[in-house]
Amino acid sequence: MDNDFHDIALTVNGTAYNGRVESRLLLSDFLRHDLGLAGTHVGCEHGVCGACTVLLDGEPVRSCLMLAVQANTHAVSTIEGLASPIGDYSPLQQAMHDHHGLQCGYCTPGILMTMTAFLDEHASPSEDEVREALSGNLCRCTGYQNIVDAVLAAADKMRG
Amino acid sequence: MKPAPFQYIAATSLAHALALKSEHGDQAKFLAGGQSLMPTMNFRLARPAVLIDINGVGELSGIACAATGPTRIGATTRYRAMERDATLGASFPLIREALPEIAHPQIRNRGTLGGNLSHADPASEMPAIAVALQARLKLQSATSERWIAAADFFLGALTTDLQPDEMLTAIELPRPVPRTGSCFLEIARRRGDFAIAGIAAMVTLDGDQKCTHARLVLCGVGETPVDASAAAGALIGNAVTEQAIRDVAALAQGMIAPGGSVHATSSYQRHIAGVLTERALATAHLRASDGQ
Amino acid sequence: MSTRSFGQPVKRNEDRKLLTGQALFVDDVELPGLLHVAFLRSQVAHARIVNIDVSRALQRRGVIAAYTADDLGTYWRHGPLLVPPPPISGAIFHERTHVPLAKDKVRHVGEPLVMVIAESRYIAEDALDDIDVELEQLPAVVDLERALAPGSALVHDDLDSNISAHLRQSKGDYATAAAKAHRVLRRRFLYEHGISSPIETRGVVAQWDARASQMTIWDTTQAPVFVRNGLAAMLGLNERNVRVIAPFVGGGFGPKIMMFYPEEVLLPWASMRLNRPLKWIEDRLEHFFATTHERGQIHDAEIAVAADGRILGIKDVFLHDGGAYDPYGLTVPINSQCTLLGPYVVPAYDSTFTQVFTNLPIVTPYRGAGRQHGVFVIERLLDLAAHELGIDRAEIRRINLIPPDAFPYNNEIIYQDFAPLSYDSGNYEPVLDMALDAIGYAGFKQQQAAALAQGRHIGIGLACYVEGTGIGPYEGAKVQVQSNGKVSIATGIGTQGQGHFTVFAQIAAEQLGVEVTDIDVVTGDTDQFYWGAGTFASRGAVVAGNAVNEAAKVVRQKALKLAGELFECSEDDLVLKGGKVSITGVPGKFITLGDLAGHANPMRGAVKPGSEPGLEATQYFGPPSGATANGVHAIIVEVDPRTFDVNILKYVVVHDCGTVINPMILAGQIHGGVAQGIGNAFFEKLAWDDQGQLLNASLADYLLPTSLDVPRMELSHTVTPSPLNPMGIKGAGEAGAIPVGPLFAQAIEDALGLLAQGIELREIPLSPSRLYELTRNGGERG
Repeated sequence: MDNDFHDIALTVNGTAYNGRVESRLLLSDFLRHDLGLAGTHVGCEHGVCGACTVLLDGEPVRSCLMLAVQANTHAVSTIEGLASPIGDYSPLQQAMHDHHGLQCGYCTPGILMTMTAFLDEHASPSEDEVREALSGNLCRCTGYQNIVDAVLAAADKMRG
Repeated sequence: MKPAPFQYIAATSLAHALALKSEHGDQAKFLAGGQSLMPTMNFRLARPAVLIDINGVGELSGIACAATGPTRIGATTRYRAMERDATLGASFPLIREALPEIAHPQIRNRGTLGGNLSHADPASEMPAIAVALQARLKLQSATSERWIAAADFFLGALTTDLQPDEMLTAIELPRPVPRTGSCFLEIARRRGDFAIAGIAAMVTLDGDQKCTHARLVLCGVGETPVDASAAAGALIGNAVTEQAIRDVAALAQGMIAPGGSVHATSSYQRHIAGVLTERALATAHLRASDGQ
Repeated sequence: MSTRSFGQPVKRNEDRKLLTGQALFVDDVELPGLLHVAFLRSQVAHARIVNIDVSRALQRRGVIAAYTADDLGTYWRHGPLLVPPPPISGAIFHERTHVPLAKDKVRHVGEPLVMVIAESRYIAEDALDDIDVELEQLPAVVDLERALAPGSALVHDDLDSNISAHLRQSKGDYATAAAKAHRVLRRRFLYEHGISSPIETRGVVAQWDARASQMTIWDTTQAPVFVRNGLAAMLGLNERNVRVIAPFVGGGFGPKIMMFYPEEVLLPWASMRLNRPLKWIEDRLEHFFATTHERGQIHDAEIAVAADGRILGIKDVFLHDGGAYDPYGLTVPINSQCTLLGPYVVPAYDSTFTQVFTNLPIVTPYRGAGRQHGVFVIERLLDLAAHELGIDRAEIRRINLIPPDAFPYNNEIIYQDFAPLSYDSGNYEPVLDMALDAIGYAGFKQQQAAALAQGRHIGIGLACYVEGTGIGPYEGAKVQVQSNGKVSIATGIGTQGQGHFTVFAQIAAEQLGVEVTDIDVVTGDTDQFYWGAGTFASRGAVVAGNAVNEAAKVVRQKALKLAGELFECSEDDLVLKGGKVSITGVPGKFITLGDLAGHANPMRGAVKPGSEPGLEATQYFGPPSGATANGVHAIIVEVDPRTFDVNILKYVVVHDCGTVINPMILAGQIHGGVAQGIGNAFFEKLAWDDQGQLLNASLADYLLPTSLDVPRMELSHTVTPSPLNPMGIKGAGEAGAIPVGPLFAQAIEDALGLLAQGIELREIPLSPSRLYELTRNGGERG
């Protein structure tokens, strides 16, 4: 069959983009290769590892399980949008740096997006709650302990 | 792992979606949350020629908790919306207890109840809960509409009674019965994994603490949810004792024929089913006594 | 010279790029005209290839080429033997290395048959369905013992068995030791390690520029220099015309140092042929087959002990699953063989192994590299001996520890670096005592009894290990002060998250008095540094770190000498601090390092013969042998006696890797290693059927531990410096992963009181279902 293309318009990190995408193009591939936003990483393409997690209208989703065409009219947030325009870290980014919450950094984008959304909804999480929220993101390097510390520290900081 | 080519159509209404399904039959699949469908498509195990996106069909989602009468949940209602609905959780604590066991928040932000039930994975939690709650499912095509009991909907692994031109559009839950305690328990290797065995248990008591009604449905131990409520028959009309619970669990174990998997032998599954039955019934009974 | 950043938990230089999504990984490389590659891989484990027809694939729009083995012509050849067998007399080794595309026969599921090149990966995958492959299926060789039985199918038809290698090493006289022993215990042990499964799979981008005669390759490799050298030779290019870049790599863990993988070898060739840049990114499904594994061993082991628990000797005969080809020689089983000796005095040792060909993917080192298997055997034998003799588990270990005055300790048998196994330094008993104290060993029995009274089953586990680290051959580093005062370091190894950009900066900062953040480090780019071996075997910090140190020392000397000449004073009167050279006691008299570097590279005047311009030095470091690190892990678990689920209540690591450069990064390495160890012990199992099919080829069913499965760990360490390098450091990359298997087995046995019931846990991995099967009906005794 002839491949099927669609025009889409969406915002990513507040910037408007237009594209013409094949219907089967995954959102993860669209972000990385069509928009050049390679900060979102691909680890499994079956929704388990969480490295590809982005925010869709503020909520964490697996971009490998969405089609680019489905993002039409929606707002996507990725790791590239976390720091301020002049490069100041978000509280979570700073805490991850302070607590050595990343080693190879490959799973980090998914974790940052997942836990940024988590911290927006949970101002005073317990360690158990943090581990629960983190359990949908696989990390092979850190053993998670420092990531948990970073999230708790960021929550502390954000409470003032 | 990229999907094979397909034609993508964003349905603008239920009628539009059903007309497309009539036209394409088995060549088309509905795309709701995509959390079950997209992995199979990325692995190229599923290769629909047409994908009908129903996420934009507003009439298919929503939770209507009536003061009297059944609760209706639209098929494309996301798990996340169900988690956030306090009334739903209060009326159906079984659902509230099971939702955190389903995958992970990122999956629940997209996954839908109707999508999950239509997919009918044997290790999935919601089919068992639907059967336990004696849900009725609305199946519609462009030219027809019918209701089916959840127990009759699941026919085999990944197989339901949906006809090639039909869509599951709504799930109806009967009004909860007073003095009913429920409990959902699951054993999985990791949080959010598919169940090695899971159980939905409900116990209803009368004014004398005697059991009037019990539901027992297992997931993960057969090709479909296994309704083992008959094993609780001996509880009806009697007080619910520890020994009585153990007897029910032993009977329930005899009613299942788990197939085993890479994660568990069938004998372990059978063993766990017994343990979970005991624990779930005990908790459900306690909650019923506490006046849940 | 005071310690400034060395030894401090300095935060990482590399974090900003990673935290802001600006780090370049291989799949991030975009080039004009880039084409994409997919491989058609065998769906069966063992078959003769009858025919491959790619004609329909070539007709698909967007497909550029489809190559089979025949299309490669003389380029098709068996890969090199990366590690020859060690010089041990009587060793048998049948070299059968892998091939770029299968010809005549496929020998494991996933072996590549056809390389398809298309305008997108999507189209390339479409084209795989167009290819018609006719295979004549053969019985698959999977089970190790059946593989060696007469009548088994042969993985390599030109051999008369499935023996890849056979080797025996011994020291002392085991037979005599056994004859004199108070007790000899014999058991069979089954240990399976798993796959590395980094979150980033492998990938290769190859760009041939015909006009410049330049081949640039981005590769997730842990060994860019060797890959550059080998590919240049294969492609008929000068090494100078080949550049291999290992950019940011999302986890290595060993299998990314396997070299001359089919994809690595084929993409550059095809890029030259088509004059187009090509990209191949391994998807997760491919990773289960296309990247190397570690797998299983079967040990029939016996230990001869005196009445007080002292080891008189150990004998071990084991089978090692090597997979379909053996390009990595005997590294993994030799590590098992050597590491079994542990931190213990073992006067007599007789160890024999057979490496077996199977119709499964190739086995090469994965974090631990076979040490896990050996440690499981010795630690379990000690537990079982302790039980039989009525001796405490900690005490049987204590009395067998190598005493601190016995170093360097010669274990005589040959190690993976082909030198006799020698432990350079160590002080083992304090590490054991710290672990016992931290886990609360002394009071545990009461704790356990109290818990049992409440119906809770808790148990304690303890495991000791040594880890051979920091082996040669060498690494090198170039350190240079730039005219802006910042320091630049380049080294040949690659980085996969170990913090080299920070740790190497700390080493240089110590010598040069510069801020760590003013030092940039380049790793893994063969154009930036020509020589090296790679990141493996816990050697990066030791070997490359020492090379950085040596180079920085030379730069320091040059700076002091030049400043001394400029200030007309003695070098002894100068201090390097804060990016400046100044005269002690006269802080106003200084020159910045940047300005000094400018002086070292004048535009006029004369540079004396025999001296070099700039403040720059290149130095190499090659240790005479590896440095032996050691540690003790301890665990308290709770086991649900009905579901057999295991919950970790407490996890303690005490280890010694000599001088510590950055305790924060070191702790991270331990955490990560333990997490992989927990996966190995209790979650990760490759489920093969008897036809060599993998039943759980997805991350939904191959279970990596999550944040809910890995506990908070308590770490501490001692410092016994290595005499083998000036900084006294030992490696630590693999330590966390090594002893976790026996730890779980012991703790679960303890929690459920299994030994008293005559039930022993002699296999890894375990799981709730497996524990249920092993314990019902009274289990089995071996």
